[in-house]
Amino acid sequence: MLKEGEIRIPSGCAIAAVISKDGNMMTGEKIFKSMIPMHDRSNGLGGGFAGYGIYPEYKDFFALHLFFDDNYSKEECEKYLKEKFEIVKAEPIPTRTIPEITDEPLIWRYFVAPLNSVLRAMQLDEKEYVARIVMKINTHFKGSYVFSSGKNMGAFKAVGYPEDVGRFYKLDKYEGYSWTAHGRYPTNTPGWWGGAHPFALLDYSIVHNGEISSYDANRRFIEMFGYKCTLQTDTEVITYIADYLLRKQGLTLEEAASVIAAPFWSTIAAKDEKEKEKLTYLRTVFSSLLVTGPFSIVLGFENGLMALNDRLKLRSMVVGEKDDKVFIASEEAAIRVMEPDAENIYAPQGGEPVIVRVKEGASNGN
Amino acid sequence: MEIDANNANYSELNDKIRSAGDECTLKNCLGQRFIAAGMSKKHIDIEGIPGNALGAYLNGAEIIVHGNAQDAVGDTMNEGSITVHGNIGDAAGYAMRGGKIFVKGNAGYRAGIHMKAYKEKKPVMVIGGRTGSFLGEYQAGGIIIVLGLNEDGKPIVGNYPCTGMHGGKMFLRTKNVNIKFPSQVSTNKATKEDIDEVKEHIEKFCECFGYNAEELINDEYIIVTPDSKNPYKQMYVAN
Repeated sequence: MLKEGEIRIPSGCAIAAVISKDGNMMTGEKIFKSMIPMHDRSNGLGGGFAGYGIYPEYKDFFALHLFFDDNYSKEECEKYLKEKFEIVKAEPIPTRTIPEITDEPLIWRYFVAPLNSVLRAMQLDEKEYVARIVMKINTHFKGSYVFSSGKNMGAFKAVGYPEDVGRFYKLDKYEGYSWTAHGRYPTNTPGWWGGAHPFALLDYSIVHNGEISSYDANRRFIEMFGYKCTLQTDTEVITYIADYLLRKQGLTLEEAASVIAAPFWSTIAAKDEKEKEKLTYLRTVFSSLLVTGPFSIVLGFENGLMALNDRLKLRSMVVGEKDDKVFIASEEAAIRVMEPDAENIYAPQGGEPVIVRVKEGASNGN
Repeated sequence: MEIDANNANYSELNDKIRSAGDECTLKNCLGQRFIAAGMSKKHIDIEGIPGNALGAYLNGAEIIVHGNAQDAVGDTMNEGSITVHGNIGDAAGYAMRGGKIFVKGNAGYRAGIHMKAYKEKKPVMVIGGRTGSFLGEYQAGGIIIVLGLNEDGKPIVGNYPCTGMHGGKMFLRTKNVNIKFPSQVSTNKATKEDIDEVKEHIEKFCECFGYNAEELINDEYIIVTPDSKNPYKQMYVAN
């Protein structure tokens, strides 16, 4: 079989997310159950989750989640990891054997810290250092794939329906202050474990429902800055765009949203002078990072979530809340699973970012 | 007859509705798609959240939703009515060619996209609140009425209403003349004759949701109609 990155088949998908603004911890059970009413939006070729605040005991270490094709790949990759990091713990990620999930690769996690001497010699901050190593492994180590690399967070994904993937990874045993979820219906690629969502780099993770038509334009631009798109999967490029705009360029979330889902020129023309100037600047400087075609995404990051629709709103997305929690999903039914009494249900407009942060000072496992 | 929709998948659920006789109530509905698709001669009450494409190809049945509905309500419906006591998602009434949709609250993007009419078939959609962008996109026939009854100060329609509209009529209960319409449609203050033509639908809306019909009917409306019967003729040859 041709794998992800080797073939492009010309997506309905499902997304969901929940966050506690007070930093209250929730097990992963709610989020994977929320995917059940949206079952038919996926086709069993991919499901995944990202949880934030799930590794409090290792919160100062980068948590690398890896897939290996075989033991040989694992040994080669581990050799490299040992050169680059202090590894404080290495273990298989616990899974349940269930009939719905088969053909699993070797799935391991490593809690690591960059070696100080190497960091100093390379004059890099630790995030850039880790990002470069992730790119290196994913492009040069055949049979090894890093699918999660943030601190105190983790992505979990597989080929299967999302509700089964949640059970497979025992997400009911983890506690996080925010969770995102994805059910996949791949339209361009064959569906492989690495190609399931979320796509994560450092603490940024993206779940995406849609089919972006600007993939190649975005890819060409972003690859000039050291990112390597290895999977031909449009979501991968959105993750790198988020990392580039937020971490490297230092844009705010709102500004990044105005780049990715830039307003139409006619909409910009109707704004006041100051806003017009800013939006014109962002659209001009980052024109190659405008993402066109249908999408609804949830970006997860440390202490927050951002949901965003394409500017024409060609995919559905609903937001609701209850007490300290905010819920986001492709369908209201999914929100009602997580919270039957959710209030203020509304659909954000195309290009209108919904940003939710954990309040400062809230206890969130940090 | 009462049907518990809890955990039922949509085809199982539709089988139960089909065999339920003239009237039924669905309890604990949660996201099941295609409810009542193609059905006729039935009254269905729904409690909970029906899934996408509620009443698709509906052919005469009457559906009442006691809450919100999701995307593509009444997709391609032919006859019957869907009444929603809440908000609805995107693309409501997608290509509907007959029947009526009444919504108490707001509609999402692209309500009434490609509605069409033919001979005695004349679809009608009445939205009580406001709608998202692209209202009546490619509208080819039928009547869309938006009442703007919400009090949150937000505009009655989003951006780009009537893009590609080439048939039918749209009524907006607003005095706002700053809404941007495309050049191929005309907007006018609705006359008494215009309103008389759609009065029955507003009255029906008020009867469903408990509003005062007289007040609403006597209010000011903008009527939007396409300029020409064949707006695309210049793209090809003069004929």
